[in-house]
Amino acid sequence: MSAARNAGGRRAVIAGVATSDYPKLPEMSEHAVHGQAADRALADAGLTMADVDGFASTGFFPMYATGVAEYLGLHPTYYDETNAGGASFEVLVEHAAYAIEAGAAEVVLITYGSIQLSQMGRRLGTGGGGGAGFAPGPAIYDALWGNTLVGNYALAARRHMHQYGTTAEQLAAVAVTMREHAATNPQAQEREPITVEDVVSSRLVADPLHKLDCCVISDGGGACVLTTAERAADLGVTPIYVLGAAHATTHHMNLSAMADLTVTPAAQCGPVAFARAGITPADVDVAQLYDSFTITVVLTVEDLGFCAKGEGGAFVEDGGLGVKGRLPTNTDGGGLSACHPGMRGMFLIVEAVRQLRGQGGATQVDGATIAVAHGTGGMLSTGATVVLGSEAP
Amino acid sequence: MTSPPPDAATTTAAADERPPKPRPAPIPDHDSAPWWQALHDGKLLVQRCDDCGQIQLYPRDRCLACRGPVHFVEASGRGRVYSFTVIRQNYARPFRDWIPYVVALVDLDEGPRLMTNLVDCDPDDVTIGMAVTARFEAVSDQAGIALFAPAP
Repeated sequence: MSAARNAGGRRAVIAGVATSDYPKLPEMSEHAVHGQAADRALADAGLTMADVDGFASTGFFPMYATGVAEYLGLHPTYYDETNAGGASFEVLVEHAAYAIEAGAAEVVLITYGSIQLSQMGRRLGTGGGGGAGFAPGPAIYDALWGNTLVGNYALAARRHMHQYGTTAEQLAAVAVTMREHAATNPQAQEREPITVEDVVSSRLVADPLHKLDCCVISDGGGACVLTTAERAADLGVTPIYVLGAAHATTHHMNLSAMADLTVTPAAQCGPVAFARAGITPADVDVAQLYDSFTITVVLTVEDLGFCAKGEGGAFVEDGGLGVKGRLPTNTDGGGLSACHPGMRGMFLIVEAVRQLRGQGGATQVDGATIAVAHGTGGMLSTGATVVLGSEAP
Repeated sequence: MTSPPPDAATTTAAADERPPKPRPAPIPDHDSAPWWQALHDGKLLVQRCDDCGQIQLYPRDRCLACRGPVHFVEASGRGRVYSFTVIRQNYARPFRDWIPYVVALVDLDEGPRLMTNLVDCDPDDVTIGMAVTARFEAVSDQAGIALFAPAP
């Protein structure tokens, strides 16, 4: 990936990306969502299923990727289904880049598909965890208290407010900016403009997080295709280079095992990814940051080094994440407004690539050449950073 | 001390004819059985490393700091609130019958951090740093849990 690691050798690039239809797919199977996104991403790269020798995906049961490969009729000689929750697809892109640069694969297709909205309704995040059977082994310790997915992020938000004076209005600013971006995205699940007042006066789900501090719950998917820069040139497609990537984990389901609720795994993997890419945060033109909740974004901009720890609230205020702001972020409207089917990481990759190709539409960041996609999974448990560039390193 | 909290009946939105669902109970394993049993018997234990003295939870078979052998020692049952949230939406039983209720992370005086419910206090009165003490509740024949309440 980096010039130092790969002097004169094969260079991994993203040659094709696509989203499936979203946010509501009541007449599609989960696997059909994978297939639709795969067809579109391969077409975007000028490739077909017959060209694919590597495949990656992940979902909520073992051997998931092999099952999707079977559904798609693929017989790959490289496959990967690393599950890091919401950060999974950043990890899968990182692994695929390594595989291509090592010569283990020529064309890696990565797909995501989910119909959680049609399957489960709107209870996800506050509906599970009802019994000990849901929490095997050590995951039991935090599973006895009626805490919810939202509650875990609320605990982090409360602590950040306590340590740094972050306000509910600052968190709300994240949701407001994401909605502004979503308003320009015809597919977005929520497009009506909202104000900071709307967010802080929406129903509390788990103090201090309100309903509008939480992501939408959607159906949808996406796909990307990685190959070598050489192959991309032959295909005549615009290559987007994987400049550097890294991932980290600090705990699994037990938030009580997280040393500092204000410091996420992004603080570990972000600097490593930037170093591998040979960039600093100041070089980043556009960011796609996992926004399961507003607090997730505030923590991530700090941990990736876009501002100092504790200054995330001020950083995201006053349109700081807008297209003309300090760090244009989630230009498709993000998980807070556009689409969040459960593991949103693929959408971050797709939108980052579109921005670097100049295909960002109304939210295109002028002259963007370096983008960061950062996924966050579990209970702030996993982080994965991918640095992408439109220019060869 | 029993759960759910006493105001649960008045805050349950829809009538539910089913009998109340009990708190979930853990399934003890080789690492955790003495810990759950002690909670059942009204004692909060922590693990101390025989080699380096590190104190830890949750129970594991070795020390997190040095991989040395560990043994259980009784803790004070005192701690302070590291963070908390008030859960106002949870569709899963039995929790939905408790709404609103406080989920907190408590830093024990001995060091380890536990997730718990805060009881015997108004959710509006909880603050980070608040001193709390353990309240024990049996949830099965082999296991208890440590709830926490404001320190007297």
